[in-house]
Amino acid sequence: MLELLQYEFIRNAILAAFLASVACGIVGVYVVVNRIVFLSDGISHAAFGGIGVGCFLGLNPIYSAIAFSIAVAVGVGASSKKLGAREDTVIGVIWALGMAVGIVFIKLTPGYVPDLFSYLFGNILTVPRSDLLVMLVLDIILVLIVALFFKELLAISFDREFAQTLRVPVNIIHSILLTLVAITVVMLIRVVGVILVMALLTIPAAVSEIFTKRLSQVMLGAVAFSLLFTLLGLWLSYLTNLPSGATIVLLASVVFFLTLLYGRQVRRRGS
Amino acid sequence: MPNIAVEIEGVSVYFDSRCVLEDINLKVLENDFLGIIGPNGGGKTTLLKVIAGLLKPTKGSVRVYGKPPDKSEKLIGYVPQMNQPDLAFPATVWDVVLTGRLSRSNLIKPYSVADKKAALEALKAMELEGLKDEPIGNLSGGQRQRVFIARALAAEPKILLLDEPTLSVDRRLDTKFWEYLNELKSRMTIIVVTHDISAISKYVDKIACLNRRLYYNESKQITREMWMEVYQCPVDIIAHGLPHRVLDEH
Repeated sequence: MLELLQYEFIRNAILAAFLASVACGIVGVYVVVNRIVFLSDGISHAAFGGIGVGCFLGLNPIYSAIAFSIAVAVGVGASSKKLGAREDTVIGVIWALGMAVGIVFIKLTPGYVPDLFSYLFGNILTVPRSDLLVMLVLDIILVLIVALFFKELLAISFDREFAQTLRVPVNIIHSILLTLVAITVVMLIRVVGVILVMALLTIPAAVSEIFTKRLSQVMLGAVAFSLLFTLLGLWLSYLTNLPSGATIVLLASVVFFLTLLYGRQVRRRGS
Repeated sequence: MPNIAVEIEGVSVYFDSRCVLEDINLKVLENDFLGIIGPNGGGKTTLLKVIAGLLKPTKGSVRVYGKPPDKSEKLIGYVPQMNQPDLAFPATVWDVVLTGRLSRSNLIKPYSVADKKAALEALKAMELEGLKDEPIGNLSGGQRQRVFIARALAAEPKILLLDEPTLSVDRRLDTKFWEYLNELKSRMTIIVVTHDISAISKYVDKIACLNRRLYYNESKQITREMWMEVYQCPVDIIAHGLPHRVLDEH
């Protein structure tokens, strides 16, 4: 297995797994406890629109994807309130719209057409060095924001209305949270793709929550589980010659259901 | 003459075109222990939210110690209805009580020594020191309710607002719960919304009835007229004599 490390693409893949795990472990916990899984999935599909536009304009699609997903993250809440539509309906529409925009612009892109499949299902083995640097910068921004607003993020996640009575700027903090989700989603698209993003955003957090009961510890645990899933999944995909993104998700899902059963056992014994 | 803690003048609240509160006038004095009763949907929670500054009234003015509600965050400790927060949330009792300090702590900076001291005092007042590191999901209904009061107390408020505090508390622990509030009475103004009339009549000093309109005569008495207006069914009323009862059976 060690001889694999001599390949640069393997070393890059391991680095990408590590960088993505830091983001999805931390932010995934907020996604899970705030019950914004559907919104997060909408954001990831909107990001696909950004990828299409980025390809069309000849930009690095990671930048346009970030712009699209942040715009959607912050825009959905505000627009559904202003237009008087139900938020989950707006998310559903944006979701489809993002995919459609992505497909149309990739079709319109002249010359070399990037591999759609790798954005939809991810390919951790093709992450270029330049993207690793972007991921590192995003990780640093993300960890800084979470460290600075940790107590406010906890307060609005636990009881938003109470936080409002203390005049915590709940709308601003909530927008910051959604921006974190947007950044994370774009990083994860590289690793597991648009369609499988939700697995890495929810499963490590949900599994970690079974074992520990403090927000900061759940985050550390989620980072560890995410790293375990991606690296072990990668290795399994190498052994079985199956696509890496799907293998990672399959592994994570199996662990998820096993820990649910375990958690139920523990609760039964406890009561 | 004691200070006026809350002064509400001509407050009406409409949700779209539906009138939820109509021309409410209420003066709550410092250190009053006021109970507000009324039927479900009568606007009790809405009135508390107006006082807490969560909801802007369509008409009228609210003053908390002379300040408008959007400047009163350090004066008010809000204890919301319990059905809301996620009980599987990964936080300890200590984490939750500390969030009560957010009106006094700064954005970005961590909690200060003073914040931690105040949170610890609040825990002690509710006899929760032993449960400090317990995950919030492991508590009983009554313990959790005390955590939410401790969280409100951590802000060192002058007014405590409680919305249906005994709804999910074990019946047997009810009286103990009211004793806790009774202890706090000397230190702050308490406004409690409930439909638990028997408990309220024993502990509170004053009672108001609310069903869209507010009926209040700055005493513990409920007149037959107030009752008829609010509940729209006839009852015989005993206001004196039995300390446990405001109203007789009907």
